[in-house]
Amino acid sequence: MNVHEFQAKSLFAQFGVPVPRGKEITSPEDATAWANELNTPVFVVKAQIHAGGRGKAGGVKITKDKGAVAGFVKELIGKTLVTHQTGPKGRQVHRLLMEEGANIAKELYLSILVDRDSGWPVFIASTEGGMEIEEVAEKTPEKIIKELIDPAVGFQGYNGRNVAFALGLNTIEPAVMNPFIQMMGNLYRLFMEKHAAMVEINPLIITKEKTIVALDGKVSFDDNALFKHADVQQMRDLNEEEPLEIEAGANNLNYVKLDGNIGCMVNGAGLAMATMDVIKLAGSEPANFLDVGGGATKETVAAGFRILLKDPNVKGIFINIFGGIVRCERIAHGVIEAAKEVKITVPLVVRLQGTNAEEGRKLLAESGLKLDVADDLWEAAQKIVKLTGKAA
Amino acid sequence: MSILVNKNTRVVVQGITGKEGSFHATQCKAYGTKVVAGVTPGKAGQEVEGIPVFNTVADAVKKTEADTSLIFVPPPFCADAILEAADAGIKLIICITEGIPVNDMVKVKRALRGRDVRLIGPNCPGVITVDEAKIGIMPGFIHKKGVVGVVSRSGTLTYEAVHQLSTLGLGETTCVGIGGDPVNGTGFVDVLPLFEKDPETQAIVMIGEIGGDAEEKAAEFIKKNVKKPVISFIAGITAPPGRRMGHAGAIISGGKGTAAEKMKTLEAAGVKVVKNPAEIGAAVKQALGR
Repeated sequence: MNVHEFQAKSLFAQFGVPVPRGKEITSPEDATAWANELNTPVFVVKAQIHAGGRGKAGGVKITKDKGAVAGFVKELIGKTLVTHQTGPKGRQVHRLLMEEGANIAKELYLSILVDRDSGWPVFIASTEGGMEIEEVAEKTPEKIIKELIDPAVGFQGYNGRNVAFALGLNTIEPAVMNPFIQMMGNLYRLFMEKHAAMVEINPLIITKEKTIVALDGKVSFDDNALFKHADVQQMRDLNEEEPLEIEAGANNLNYVKLDGNIGCMVNGAGLAMATMDVIKLAGSEPANFLDVGGGATKETVAAGFRILLKDPNVKGIFINIFGGIVRCERIAHGVIEAAKEVKITVPLVVRLQGTNAEEGRKLLAESGLKLDVADDLWEAAQKIVKLTGKAA
Repeated sequence: MSILVNKNTRVVVQGITGKEGSFHATQCKAYGTKVVAGVTPGKAGQEVEGIPVFNTVADAVKKTEADTSLIFVPPPFCADAILEAADAGIKLIICITEGIPVNDMVKVKRALRGRDVRLIGPNCPGVITVDEAKIGIMPGFIHKKGVVGVVSRSGTLTYEAVHQLSTLGLGETTCVGIGGDPVNGTGFVDVLPLFEKDPETQAIVMIGEIGGDAEEKAAEFIKKNVKKPVISFIAGITAPPGRRMGHAGAIISGGKGTAAEKMKTLEAAGVKVVKNPAEIGAAVKQALGR
């Protein structure tokens, strides 16, 4: 789960990671009142969307004029920002952060996530703050600093010193050495205690006043650990999510919307991905990833149909079930029952294999439903592509 | 011969009185696995299909000499269950549970380091040595005794591959599901040398997916150490970057972990990579010259 910058920064403040004074504002009046209270030379109004590249897209406004902030609020709320991370449709701005400006002397990069190879948390740091870290890693890998943290003992002072000296903080600005190391320890604590998946500060700045400040903040959380953190759950912003994905989640289905036109419904994540791949090999494109899980029932199949059919791009549906513990004849019953409730207006191919597959195929064939039944994966994929026409 | 588990493996099922635990313990036993004990705290003295239940893994090990644990404990308590098994002297821990917080696994993996115990999973279908022991949730009947070792990050996609191998008459030795989580106990590189050494295994099927670099590490290992033919499929060539595809570990992040990149690296290491998952079995058959 992702959260907004203002939410990330409130967590930073809670854990002792320095941030500019700022808060979420909801109206022009609110902005003017907060500007008066901030009483600072420079005001920054930042659009809050779950995507990077906001500055270039016009989502960040900076002014010395207290009177201008109300206008920025009017301009930004409701505006659609198109950045390299939003896709061509862009993302509409619903929320804003307004904070004090900063005197930047140097921009750095700092993040923490779990290193999949070792299974240990790892800090990633760079002197190339403000740039896309992937780009830095690609072009100048020598500028990427990595520091693994032993989870048995947690963050130690030497971890911080390793990073601080590697960044050259002792020559850039010795006064921030200790605050920086302390801040890393606080970030580690935030990362572990709140079960974050990633915490990224880009840029982390050294100010002309010789302080260290998180000028931006991005935090994502481990969905599997949300049950432990009611405060984090409250930060969820449904405006930032795909409506069909929200509906799928409410039905315990794992759904990701894609751009093709063959809707697919599969049991198991790996097989669901493989099914998408096979659709492409057969000459078309998948409209989605949908894993109905190990315990697929009539209800889950019906919910799956409803979600797939709500996507106007879907021109055909491919159900691919490998029965293991889930028995195919039960899936077949589910399809037949669901088809009574949900009007299926597009071609449907059902491929059943595994436990009681033959029985399931027979049930479908005798159901009177307009559908094609298959037992082989490749044959089924070719069938659905033939019925819906190849992708343009 | 086989790897990891065989007809002598003695299994304790943690979480045996739950819906999943009791169902699968029964299925495993019916396949012929020696399921000697179950554990649910507070339910000692009960039985599940004739399997005695104990309060702690330590009790179960003492009374039944269980050496392998199969875990169905719900995610919030699962790290605890894995560590309990390790402390009780269990040598092989197979964790089926999906949805364990990553940071819990970080701590568990660190705690198991350097100890004489292997963890398989979490979020995996388990391990089966055909006609000897089924320790997991896979459907036993699709397997057929044969010559192919299977190692995979997926569940149902593995069944798909196994079905093809069985239908073509090649059959399997042992199938190992290493799971779809980003931090797991056993990787491809841990299982590959076991198959390479196993005299009955003539070819290896490795099923990977997007996310992480387990396949790249495997490619490096195969290039140096594996003489047997390796056939691989990588799921997710159509998966978009930055989106989690069901499995917690299946995500392309920062442009890394794409299927195309993994396929390229594996091919360069001499692995036969199939692009069509329906052709895994046929590719193995060809590699074995049958």
